[in-house]
Amino acid sequence: VGPVRAPLLSIKTELNIPLLLLTVVAMATRMWRLEYPNSVVFDEMHFGRFASMYIRKTFFFDVHPPLGKLIIAFGAYLGDFNGNFTWERIGADYPSAVPVWYLRLFPALFGSLLVPLTYQTTVELGYNHWTAALAGGMVLFENSLVTQSRFLLIDSFLLFFILATLLCLLKFWRLKHSPFSLSWWAWLAGTGAMLACACSVKYVGVFTVLLVGGMIFHELWNLIGDKRLSVVRAHDLTSHFLARAGLLAVLPVVLYLLLFHLHMELANRSGPHDEMMTSAFQATLEGGLSRITKSQPVSIAYGSQITLRHTHGMFLGRPCWLHSHLATYPVRYHDNRGSSAQQQVTCYSFKDINNWWIVKDPGRTTVYVDDPPKLIHHGDIIQLVHGTSSRALNSHNVAAPLSPYSQEVTCYIDYNISLPAQNLWRVELVDGADEGDTWKSIQSHIRLVHVNTSAALKVQREQNNFLVSKPVLIVFCTTVDQADVVGNDEETFNQATYEDTMDDQPLMGFLGMFAELQWKMLSTNKELQQEHKYSSSPGEWPLMERGVAYWLHPRTNAQIHFMGNPVVWWSGVVGILGYLALLGVLLVRRRRACFDMDDESWQRYILTGELVLGGWVLHYVPFFLMERTLFLHHYLPALVFKILLLAVMVENIHTHVLRWPVHRNVFSALCAVWVTCIYLSYRKFAPLTYGNSDLSADEVTDLKWLDSWDLLIQVL
Amino acid sequence: MGRGKQQNGPTKETAAPPNGRAQTGTKGRHQDGGKPEQLGLQTWGVFAAVVALTLGTRFYKLEEPDHICWDETHFGKMGSYYINRTFFFDVHPPLGKMLIGLAGHLTGYDGTFPFDKPGDKYGETKYIGMRSFCVCLGSTVVPLAFLTVWELTWSVPAAALAAALLLFDTGCLTLSQYILLDPIMLCFIMGAVFCQSKFDSLRNRPFSTCWWVWMCGAGCFIALAFSVKFVGLFIILWVGLKTVSDLWDLLGDLTLPLMVIFKHFLARALCLIVLPAAIYITCFAVHFHTLYKSGSGDGFMSSAFQSTLEGNKLYQANMPEDIAYGSTITLKNFRPAGGLLHSHWHLYPEGLGAQQQQITAYTHKDDNNLWIIKRYDRNPIPEDPLQFVQNGDLVRLEHVATQRNLHTHQEPAPITKRHFQVTGYGQNGTGDINDIWKVEVVGGAEKSRIKTVRSKVRFIHYMTGCALHSHSKTLPKWGWEQLEVTCNPFTRDKNNLWNVEDHINNQLPNGTFAVYQPSFLGKLLESHAVMVQGNSGLKAKEGEVTSQPWQWPLNYRGQRFSGVNATDYKIYLLGNPVIWWGNLALLAGTMLVFLVEAIRTQRGFVDPPHLAERKLVTLSAARWMATGWALHYLPFYFMGRVLYFHHYFPAMLFQSMLSAIMYDYFLQVVKHKVQPGVYRRIHQWGTAFISIILLHSFYLFHPLSYGMFGPLADNQTSPMYGLKWMESWEI
Repeated sequence: VGPVRAPLLSIKTELNIPLLLLTVVAMATRMWRLEYPNSVVFDEMHFGRFASMYIRKTFFFDVHPPLGKLIIAFGAYLGDFNGNFTWERIGADYPSAVPVWYLRLFPALFGSLLVPLTYQTTVELGYNHWTAALAGGMVLFENSLVTQSRFLLIDSFLLFFILATLLCLLKFWRLKHSPFSLSWWAWLAGTGAMLACACSVKYVGVFTVLLVGGMIFHELWNLIGDKRLSVVRAHDLTSHFLARAGLLAVLPVVLYLLLFHLHMELANRSGPHDEMMTSAFQATLEGGLSRITKSQPVSIAYGSQITLRHTHGMFLGRPCWLHSHLATYPVRYHDNRGSSAQQQVTCYSFKDINNWWIVKDPGRTTVYVDDPPKLIHHGDIIQLVHGTSSRALNSHNVAAPLSPYSQEVTCYIDYNISLPAQNLWRVELVDGADEGDTWKSIQSHIRLVHVNTSAALKVQREQNNFLVSKPVLIVFCTTVDQADVVGNDEETFNQATYEDTMDDQPLMGFLGMFAELQWKMLSTNKELQQEHKYSSSPGEWPLMERGVAYWLHPRTNAQIHFMGNPVVWWSGVVGILGYLALLGVLLVRRRRACFDMDDESWQRYILTGELVLGGWVLHYVPFFLMERTLFLHHYLPALVFKILLLAVMVENIHTHVLRWPVHRNVFSALCAVWVTCIYLSYRKFAPLTYGNSDLSADEVTDLKWLDSWDLLIQVL
Repeated sequence: MGRGKQQNGPTKETAAPPNGRAQTGTKGRHQDGGKPEQLGLQTWGVFAAVVALTLGTRFYKLEEPDHICWDETHFGKMGSYYINRTFFFDVHPPLGKMLIGLAGHLTGYDGTFPFDKPGDKYGETKYIGMRSFCVCLGSTVVPLAFLTVWELTWSVPAAALAAALLLFDTGCLTLSQYILLDPIMLCFIMGAVFCQSKFDSLRNRPFSTCWWVWMCGAGCFIALAFSVKFVGLFIILWVGLKTVSDLWDLLGDLTLPLMVIFKHFLARALCLIVLPAAIYITCFAVHFHTLYKSGSGDGFMSSAFQSTLEGNKLYQANMPEDIAYGSTITLKNFRPAGGLLHSHWHLYPEGLGAQQQQITAYTHKDDNNLWIIKRYDRNPIPEDPLQFVQNGDLVRLEHVATQRNLHTHQEPAPITKRHFQVTGYGQNGTGDINDIWKVEVVGGAEKSRIKTVRSKVRFIHYMTGCALHSHSKTLPKWGWEQLEVTCNPFTRDKNNLWNVEDHINNQLPNGTFAVYQPSFLGKLLESHAVMVQGNSGLKAKEGEVTSQPWQWPLNYRGQRFSGVNATDYKIYLLGNPVIWWGNLALLAGTMLVFLVEAIRTQRGFVDPPHLAERKLVTLSAARWMATGWALHYLPFYFMGRVLYFHHYFPAMLFQSMLSAIMYDYFLQVVKHKVQPGVYRRIHQWGTAFISIILLHSFYLFHPLSYGMFGPLADNQTSPMYGLKWMESWEI
């Protein structure tokens, strides 16, 4: 009897039952009654609105990159959502036309997959399946992760991609003895792709880039130290460098750009956020400004009527235009400084008849456009006459209202002889101006330099609260080196017609638009500084001192409160401290030549520290330096790292610290009790996670384990 | 500057036999450097020249200008406070100002000059003594740099270069000539570095007398530096890092028994932790003891603290003890650095809650801090019988100056959105139901009376149940940068407590009563809380040119010490650009060398033994200097407070020493690569070139430090004509 031959075609499968079980339970916890509550929960208001915008192909501006919103929009598309819902306030009920289940499907799906990912990552780190199941279980029964996955939010995508990056990286390292094999390339490319996805969901992904970058740098440094590898030979050092650079730097950048391209293709119609962008950007959107500008003259000539928009100035999220009105500066300010009491010049955030100015030739008294028009070049001297009041833009050596060190800017006409007119301005084109360049509407960015004093026109960000009731920004003159570009004019009307209108060519290419959008996203992110009722500071996160109220039933105390499983959350801190303490002891003992761990375990312990503890630090500490409004959910990436470390520490203590079987058995029993506590605490806080049960005031108070948790109790 | 003598310097290494274990570098260096005794005389000759030149340049024109320059207005004033014994508040620890005061006292200054503003003439005031004291300490930096680099490398050219870089730097010169904290602190920092280097060279003779002396020296100097300015923390970190790395090396030496290592550890804990802490605390003890009279700083401190100051109202307090209805009181937030409850006519701006009158907390004493305590249900009438306020009573508080009531409602507070906004509301003392507060005395029995100063009181809002609260967050410009006052729904917060500080009631007899006196430790902790709050509250004044850390190493923009116009006597703090840009280039070079050396090591290249050992010594010294530079520079990027150019000078000391050490490194490498004759020529020419450049640049830029008249640099008649190498310099 010969040996049994293998069949011609066969599939060998292996079922990891615990893994499967974890995945199924995860799906169940994340997707159970997904449509409940049938109203807008917390930031669903924003992300839902963005999904509607995609569906309606409307341009919008958001501080987060597009991938997360694209996935949500895909869900909306699957559910045949027509985008007609206003997303006005938290708590508004969804009409039946909104496919809530589909909208919430993808966040829940990615959130469920986080559990098997955690399991697999723990295994790839080199720990056993008990540990992996423990890590997976903690992610599974972590109330905060459940809450964050069940709604129309993008954090579960972010967490998924971060962990997927980690998994790919570990798989890639597992193949370090067969470099340049097909699967080696595949996992390396996977790492790069997942990294790009993480960064394209939220910029927190940049911390993951730092983590992976640091680890890869470390790996390369070891490769340099490997003297068997030559620098010049093929498939050696240089190839290693190039492979990593290509797949971990170039590939993610390309993917990131592609996603933005997709974003701009999908949302290319004019919409409510147009005005945040420069005029050239707006002109590329369908409808909106491009309709107005198509027929208007390109070049500004003496006699043109224009509006001047500040290029970068944003006031409460809106742009502003150079503006004047009939009110004058008060004779004396609060601090007893005097003013010229001439007509105010401000920067106004709304389109208004008072934003119109006429470009006048100082040499002539008329304001007609000649035929052919006399165009304005870089360095030309002009006067700007305010359309409705016929006064000229003027500046002089009087302290500005809010900035006493700068010059006041006024509108002036020769009624008042106490101060001579100083109303000549030099036009300086900002971007790459040669002498011969003309001032073009929309495209040119100009700086207006006051001829008498060489000061330049600038807009102060601060709101003027005592001069007039309208929200305006104060304009003043300051030294040229501090001046910001004052603007590009947006609408031009020349009285004389001539054949110089805009053609259909878009004014900006994709890269230009991308650069502007990117710059605006990064600078706006910094501006979200206001404190929110439920905002918290990073110092409060590890011990979970405050949650976030997501939703409250209109009539009962049923509520959804974003907060974690306290048992997991607090024992995570112990895990971190435990790792550091054990590391310290082991290092000192190794220094004295006492080797407690075999070499392989030691390497694994160090790798865990670099990757997992390093990940926790990188995803947590930078928040201390951020000045924007922060919420507890910003801690979630760090939390996942913390959970991984905690599970791993349990195994390390079991195998390396405890020497006797009795101790190990006791420890295992304690762990079993602890795991039970995790489950029970998940159950206890489930009403706050799912918001499905009417709680009495006493029950809510009972859940308030810390005084600082702001659970809501309605007075009925 | 006596550089000719250095020619022989390098020959000392030529005979060096490769020697011993690398870690015990110093011993190796002694033998490697060969006969230091033979060189001794020449080294000391160079050193003497350095000292002479330093004193000459530093004391030259010390008395000019004879008016207040820049921050002399602060530190001179604070020196006077010590002489007058009046209490004041400052964000820096006391030692530097105490020393200035002492120097003034010893040289006959009587503390009467007001030090009002920069530019005021000193006239008859004896200010030279204080300046001399500062310049003496500031001058020590140069010889100490020489000795430190000598100790680290045993190379005369390197040591002389380090000294010369600091000696001919106009910035260091300017900064040491005036009554400032910086010369004092720079001196202590250099002292710590020098002692630490000395201590390191004695690694082979642990527990010898010298070893103890130098370690204690390092401990003293770090404590002194920290007691002058909190920037001294960075030198403490530097010494700490060096100590940890030292202990780690010892731990790895398996020939040493654990007991010995433990002794090493204990010795360091004693000299570098216990001793400095004792010195630091002693400084504060002297500070409190000296300043026993009431002065400008009273308002920053708690009522209990004020009661220790002679001349303060609370010193042997003489006012009615129990609060009654109709009493006029001030309320102090009961926390370190708490302010007095304050209001003024200005309103909250639009968009931040209701546009009602602002309520803030203010750390200065003025009449807008006065409040009248009234019954909750009606305004007082003259016929009212005297009735004491009791624990649990409902009251209203009326602001005396504006006659508005303390009020709160369910609008978010201007900064802390989760608290409620507190406003002044009503007219002539009549408001609405939201003006009612319940008084709760901490630990007080039911119906017990409220005591001036001694009762800790909570004001609970009757309608919303929140408690009157204040903390260290400052309001923006519309609120005059005073502290925010809110109503906190979490009533047990420790910042919700207030105490009555002043109490005026004509119907009640004044009585003296003992105010609880704080312990020394309490005073120490309280002054630190106040200093921390003051430091984080240092924001740029409007129109002030603020400085960014990236500008500093570039010498991008200096700082005006005196004079703006053509007719003024002008002094401008600016580094000698040749030195600063040279330092910067060498810093970049250092980083490159570190990188190349690291890669070479990783790839397994081995240098010939004598070069390898020499490199090890030099690069280790360079590494510690680079660490010192980074520690004194990078943290400024994370500081929220307003920054100035002179904050860079401690880092500049390390950078100059680093440059000198790297110069030595390049000499070593060149020497290894070329013939001895060529090397000697390179060395001579290099020395000559560097000397000429340094001297000439110092000659060019000396008017910045020694003062100049005349127009700005773009005018042909200006002494600085053609020297405005960067547009940003205000010269």
